[in-house]
Amino acid sequence: MDLSLTDGEKKFRDELRAWLKNNLPPKMVKAADNAAAHYEYLTAWQRKLYEGGWAGISWPKEYGGRGASPIEQAIFQEEMALADAPERMGTIGQGLVGPTIIAVGSEAQKKRYLARILSGEDIWCQGFSEPNAGSDVASLESKAVLDGDHFVINGQKIWTSYAHIAQHCLLIVRTDPAAPKHKGLTCLLVDMKTPGITVRPLKMMSGDSGFNEMFFTNVRVPLKDMIGKVNEGWSVAITALANERANLGTGLYVVFKRNLDAMVEQARKIKRGGRAVIEDPVVRQRLAQAYVELEVFRLNTTRSLSMLNKTGAPGPEGSIQKLYWSELNQRMAQIAMEVLGPYAQLADYDGGRWAYAYLRSRGNTIEAGTSEIQRNIIAQRVLGLPRSY
Amino acid sequence: MEFELSKPQKLLQQSARDFFARECPPKRVRELVATDTALHPELFSAVADQGWLGIHLAESSGGLGLGTVELAAVAEEMGRACFPGPFLGTVWAATLVAAADGKSKHAESLATGRSKGAVALMEPESGWYLDALQLKARSSSGGGYKLSGRKSFVCDAPVADLFVCAARSEEGLVLLAVPAKAPGVKVTATPGIDATRKLGEVEFDAASADDVLAVGKAAEDALAHSLDVATLVACADMLGGMQWIIEHTVEYAKTRQQFGKTIGTFQAVQHMCADMLLWCESSRSAIYYAAWALGAQGAAAARDVAIAKAYASDASREVANRGVQVHGGIGFTWEHDLHLYYKRSKASETMFGNAAFHRERLAQMAFDG
Repeated sequence: MDLSLTDGEKKFRDELRAWLKNNLPPKMVKAADNAAAHYEYLTAWQRKLYEGGWAGISWPKEYGGRGASPIEQAIFQEEMALADAPERMGTIGQGLVGPTIIAVGSEAQKKRYLARILSGEDIWCQGFSEPNAGSDVASLESKAVLDGDHFVINGQKIWTSYAHIAQHCLLIVRTDPAAPKHKGLTCLLVDMKTPGITVRPLKMMSGDSGFNEMFFTNVRVPLKDMIGKVNEGWSVAITALANERANLGTGLYVVFKRNLDAMVEQARKIKRGGRAVIEDPVVRQRLAQAYVELEVFRLNTTRSLSMLNKTGAPGPEGSIQKLYWSELNQRMAQIAMEVLGPYAQLADYDGGRWAYAYLRSRGNTIEAGTSEIQRNIIAQRVLGLPRSY
Repeated sequence: MEFELSKPQKLLQQSARDFFARECPPKRVRELVATDTALHPELFSAVADQGWLGIHLAESSGGLGLGTVELAAVAEEMGRACFPGPFLGTVWAATLVAAADGKSKHAESLATGRSKGAVALMEPESGWYLDALQLKARSSSGGGYKLSGRKSFVCDAPVADLFVCAARSEEGLVLLAVPAKAPGVKVTATPGIDATRKLGEVEFDAASADDVLAVGKAAEDALAHSLDVATLVACADMLGGMQWIIEHTVEYAKTRQQFGKTIGTFQAVQHMCADMLLWCESSRSAIYYAAWALGAQGAAAARDVAIAKAYASDASREVANRGVQVHGGIGFTWEHDLHLYYKRSKASETMFGNAAFHRERLAQMAFDG
């Protein structure tokens, strides 16, 4: 047990600090009504990280990464938080698709996609869920039939985040309808400009359009764009989902910490009943609870990266992380509402960020595997309880 | 950077686990909780012989010269075994004496288990707020003090040979070593819901206290450090308890049959078990980080200890609640060992300040000033 940094790790940290000092962009507050500007801001930041060699800490060097360890990944997250740096963009590409391509993709696929994910040039989406296949994603019905050296895809996907801006999609389809449901699936890396793909944005309760419906009508995808083997797509999907759960949380501390700081700032500013809200003992308890849970989240993240350093591949424990951060973010959004008091009702207070954060967080326990699915995974694959379905 | 126990630390923890499984099985725990002191002299000596009472203290203070991570690793196993008797009081007293006065003979005597100690800190109306301590130490002609007043909730008081008493003097806070048998010192047992660690009240009636360990700022710093260490021990104890409860609860869920199925098949049961694991593992991250920080960063680790205590206090209670719920009727009986852990968890949650107490401390550290 030694959380102090080795000389090599110190060197890494110091280099990063020096780089951040010269390259950190001025702050920008996210609001619901300037999503486009925010997107541009994050794209520029991602590009900067990539050019500085900081975009893919633990990704192989030959594909644009840094070839460093998960420990350095942990240091990177800590430093980003300390510097109050902007969050990363392209979470699907970096957190889910990239690691999957690294794990099971062909050499040609690695060369073609990985660097462009890190540079922010390519945004990816993940075509898994369907109208009748949500938590039970293996029951999906979109099908692909082999025609010469192409798959021909027909079907529908839903809840697809970023599909409206993505260049590529990690798509899972049924290629053997006669096989048991987990056995007849195949994964494809699909160019979103392929004829026959229609994307229809869905408006979220927060008012913005983050996810979409996708329709596939006779979409022809070359055989070479298959990832993994035919009818063995489920194991590819499991790799992707395990990475999603393990990685999605690692960059979130920065975002949550910034939210908490802003909440405390609001509590200092707003007066209620003749005193600043920060002096209200009940509010102090609530904010301190958020502080405690957030710091424990940081420590959980560091610890899981330290474990990953040994094991090499994320395991089902990632479900604990997903469960933790999604429910924490909802609790924090609620605490922010309590800090605001009557201002919580206003849609546009403080640029609308708190109303947006509260409403958007409702989706956290549904997207990327519901809390119920995460608890099933923890119970069945970590604790060894019997399968219930 | 490595966020897990090193190989030697793992070996130590395993040997502690084996030790308690062998020397302190549930049958012995039950025998001891039924006594007034929970003390088994041979068992206490065996623990002392391992060096665990002073595992984190310098060799010059009678310790093993290891660190707070090792202390936490042993305390975790003690919690897993629901180990009864005077460990916490003596470790706390030894830590406090060593921090207050490196030359005091008591440090070695406590750290090696030759005497058993307790820290007489809290008072009936103080809670864990040190500013609210009132017990007076009046200067006496011989250069020492006369103590008058009452200390409450003193862990291990019924078996202590030596009290380290915190009192108010004209020079500020003063720490005094007072033998339990000294004239004017009266100990009354105050039975707790957790019968594995006995509490008592200590009444000082113009008791002479000439053995001064520290005064003023030095006394405050030593007390703060010892509180961090003792709080860490309580946290690690809770962690071991959580681990025991989860293992037994999951095992029960895998075997107990209802509606023709093992109850572990039901998602309502699975989800309780999953939450228990999340709380336990998150506590583990917080507690071992605090243990490391206490060794590496000293007083600055007060924040990390407060985070660990705030988180683990709530987590431990919730884990124990779910453990009983999954066990159903049997979990609510005297016959099942679960209630021993349930009660110890409740006591540890309260000791050294509950979650709300530490949240307010953290609010002051993080939001004020």
